[in-house]
Formats: sequence, C-alpha cells, structure tokens
Amino acid sequence: MSKGIQYQYKEGNLSASEPNKLKAENLHSEEMILNLGPQHPSTHGVLRLEVLMEGEIVKEVVPHIGYLHRCFEKHAENLPYNQIIPFVDRLDYVAAMNNEHVYAMGVERMLGIEEQIPKRVEYARVLVAELNRIASHFIAIGTYGMDIGAFTPFFWIMRDREHIMRLLEWASGARLLYNYIWIGGLFYDLPIGFEEKCEEFVRYIKPKFQELEEILINNKIFIDRTANVGVLPLDLAINCGVTGPMLRASGLRYDLRRVDGYSVYPALDFEVPIGEGKMGKVGDCWDRTYVRYLELHESIKIIEQCLVQLKGDHKRTRDFDPQALVPKKIRPKMQDLYVRGEIPKGELGFFFRADGRNDFPFRCKCRSCSFVNLSVLPEISKGILVADLIAIIGSLDVVMGEVDR
Amino acid sequence: MSLDEFKNIIESTSLKQEVKFDMNARPHAIILAAEDLLAVCEILQRNPATYFDMLSCITGIDNGAEANTMEVVYNLYSIPFNLHLMLKVVLPRENPRVESVSGIWKTADWLEREVFDMYGIQFLNHPDLRRILMPADWEGYPLRKDYKHQDYYRNIKVEY
Repeated sequence: MSKGIQYQYKEGNLSASEPNKLKAENLHSEEMILNLGPQHPSTHGVLRLEVLMEGEIVKEVVPHIGYLHRCFEKHAENLPYNQIIPFVDRLDYVAAMNNEHVYAMGVERMLGIEEQIPKRVEYARVLVAELNRIASHFIAIGTYGMDIGAFTPFFWIMRDREHIMRLLEWASGARLLYNYIWIGGLFYDLPIGFEEKCEEFVRYIKPKFQELEEILINNKIFIDRTANVGVLPLDLAINCGVTGPMLRASGLRYDLRRVDGYSVYPALDFEVPIGEGKMGKVGDCWDRTYVRYLELHESIKIIEQCLVQLKGDHKRTRDFDPQALVPKKIRPKMQDLYVRGEIPKGELGFFFRADGRNDFPFRCKCRSCSFVNLSVLPEISKGILVADLIAIIGSLDVVMGEVDR
Repeated sequence: MSLDEFKNIIESTSLKQEVKFDMNARPHAIILAAEDLLAVCEILQRNPATYFDMLSCITGIDNGAEANTMEVVYNLYSIPFNLHLMLKVVLPRENPRVESVSGIWKTADWLEREVFDMYGIQFLNHPDLRRILMPADWEGYPLRKDYKHQDYYRNIKVEY
C-alpha cells in the first residue's frame, strides 16, 4: 500500500459487509427484495431495512443495525465512573438529561449514597429531566408528522423546542449533550433567575399544545394515515420487552416513575396516560403519538410542582453546594447491580459489575429501550403497505444512537 | 418473595445441578447450571405465583483468562407482581454455549444476538444467530478481555 493512501480498491471491498438475510434465489415469482436505508430520511438515522415485498405488500422486514456503533460498553470498561457520563449523554442524544439521571442513580446506589442526595438537587434533576422529556417528545411527534407528510407542525415544534434548548444551555453550558447531572450532585446549581424563566416558558408552552393538537393530532389526514396501522397487541408487546409510550399505548398503565418511584417522583402528582383506541384500535400508531402528546401535559405538571418546591421549601441559599456529595474517588464495593429508569423512549437499564479493586466498572451493560422497541418492528409489519411501514417506523420513535450505542 | 420461595418453585422441575444464591447482587441472583436454564425459565414464566412475563436484559460477561469463565446474566421482571430476579449462568471460556430462551421471550432474540456478537457465546436453537452490531465479516469478539482488534479491515487500517 502506497504511503498516505488509507484505502485502495479491491474487488472484495464492494461486497456487502452486512449481507442480506433473504436470498434472491429463494424468492417466489412476483416477490422482490427492497433495500431501505441506511441513508433514508424516514428511518430517523442510519437504519437499514431489508424488505421482502409482493407488489406493494410487505411480507417480511429484516432490520440491519450497527451503523452508529461507537463501542460504549468497551469504552466504559476503561474509564472512571464519572468520565462515563459524557458517553451516556451520547446514547439517546435527544434526551441526554434523562440518561444521565438513570446512570447517576445507578452509581449512587452502588456507593450507597442514594438516600443522602439533597432534595434541592433531586428536584433540579427532575426539573431538567422533564424539560428534556418534552424536547424529546417534540422531536418524536414533529418528525413523525414530517414522515407522513405534515411539514408545518415540525417547524412549529422546533420553534418551541428551541426555548427548552436555551434553558438547558443556560443551566449546563451545552445545547444537546449536557454532562450536567453528576454522581452525587450537579455540575452547578441552577442559575439565578432560572425558575422564573421556567415559569415563563410554562406559560408560553401551554397554548402551543392546543395548537399542536389541532394541527396534527386531530388532523383528518394524520388520523387516516395512522389509525388502525401497526397495531401492537399488549401480550406481544410485553413478550417483546417493549416499554415506554409504546407499551402504554397498547393499554398497560406501566411507568417506571410510578412503578419504581425513584428520585422524588413519589412526591409528585401526575397521571400515566394510556392508549384507548380513540381513533382506531388500541395500540395503533395514532395511539402511540397521542400517548406522547398526553405525556407532554404530565411533564408540564411535574415541572410546575418542581418549581414550587425549588422556590419554596428547597430554595437556593448562599451556601448551598450541589457538588458537596460528589465523591473524589469512586470505587464501589464488589457487587452486581441492575438499575433502571424511565426515559422518554422507555426503560433504560444499566447492569454494573464492580470488582471492588478498580475505579473502572468491570462491566457496564446498557439495556437500551430503542434497541428492544425496534426489535418488534418485524412482528407488526407483515402484510401491510410500504407507506404504512414508514408510518410504523416513525411511531416507534427510535434514536439510532441508542440502538447501536 | 424471597429466594427460598423461588428455589421451591424452581425445584419442581428436575434440576441437574444444585442452584446457588448470590446475595451480593441487586436484585438477588440465582446461579444455575447451563443445562437447567431453559426449564427454569419456563417454570418461572408459567408459574402463577411468579409469572415473569418480561425479560429486561441479557448481559454477557467475560471474567478474563485468570478465572477462565464467562457468564450470562438474565434480568427478569414480573409486571403483575412487581418482582425482580437475576439469573446467572457460568460457562467455560472455551466453546461457551447455552440454550436460547428466545422461545419463551421474544426479546431474547436480539439481546442474545448482541451477546453472541460481543462474546462469541453460542445460543443453541436460536432462530437467527447472526452478528448484529459489528459487520458480518469482523474478526474476533470485541468485549472479551483479551480481545485484540485486527490490523486491517477490508484494507482500511483499524488503528487510526
């Protein structure tokens, strides 16, 4: 190989490194294999689908993933616990605060300091996590509308999401990948005036939800495209390990914020919306979007209660140090721990094994909800039209950064 | 529900080896022999007192050349009873193989493929055991402790 050239042509380079699962010689007449992706705007990232079709009817879907694999678990085995947090941000990069919250909770549980975290820190964590949940659901609903032809709601939603991004940038210094929630505390206390700005944001955003419902959720074309499409029955959903809004849309009132009651969520008052099949069957694409839409209202409720606490019982004091409990050296005792929490897409879990001799985790496995939610796609997309396949992918709300890790 | 109650349920199937407990793990773990796994998972899912309807997570672990073992850890969860349970299977490092549970929980399909991809653990009777995150022609299993990546992948230098 000549100097300076990284890559040379060889015939074998062109053969697929991800070969198709279905073989062309096994096809019946009238059948064909269509390749969707990995670069396709409706796949929400680098997802490749191998679709077996007969005419316009989809007979089988084989997802191929791994195009965004960044070796999170290998990196985690070579980094101290606190330096893993920026990597955790990059799993589900539209809801980084929620990821950090679950991860920090896991390490604190290993260290045994979970109960000692000051209430102000906990309320601030929940506040930023719920803000980020709204931003994530905005992306889910907005891009979903765009997938099936509604362009305007996307711009409206992005305009409103910008306010959240500005708020979180003010708190943490970054727009998307925050590194704000630290093990044992926060990077900084909330900036002065943040609570007031949040209240202003809440007043601003509430009428916008109404707008969103009118332009997208109750739109006749949107309902026609999504109702009765991609119905996911509850028993299949549970057997496939589906969690989050997808499972709730199938009719189960199951939210880890309520079931596990971690952090300060037991003290907060909010509902867990479920799909009721208002426009079609329970568990169809419209239900999934509607559950996300209803969760926006619930997140606003939580934010309002957090703001009351942050301005009342747990208000800022001059000597409050959010890093007071941040350990200088993180070396948990020898143990295995599985921790889980609710992020906008579902159940994010971390399996830790600490060996007690190192500052690095011996094993840090991330159970990502997008990965598991995506694996249900082949089950619910048999015998549908190609256009409906796009509608189903959008309604899963997968983020490829979390699928591939 | 305590581990002893789980043990009573498990022992209604004829186990080939005695089970052990790991109280150091949260949730508490039951250590099984690889050949018992499938029967135990089946009884835990079907028994009306446990009804573990959800498989949360499958983790592969390589304990390194010194211990010379690998582990597969299953995290089960029961939605109706709000029960957690961890199952552990210890495998030899040479030719590790265990029965697939994808017939019981469909989640296991992709989760086991990931463990196979990263550790090379064979899941017997798995419907579709292919690599999932790495390219199909990648050499070696990246999360093994003694893993050395290849120098060139399709004439592209791996070390950048």
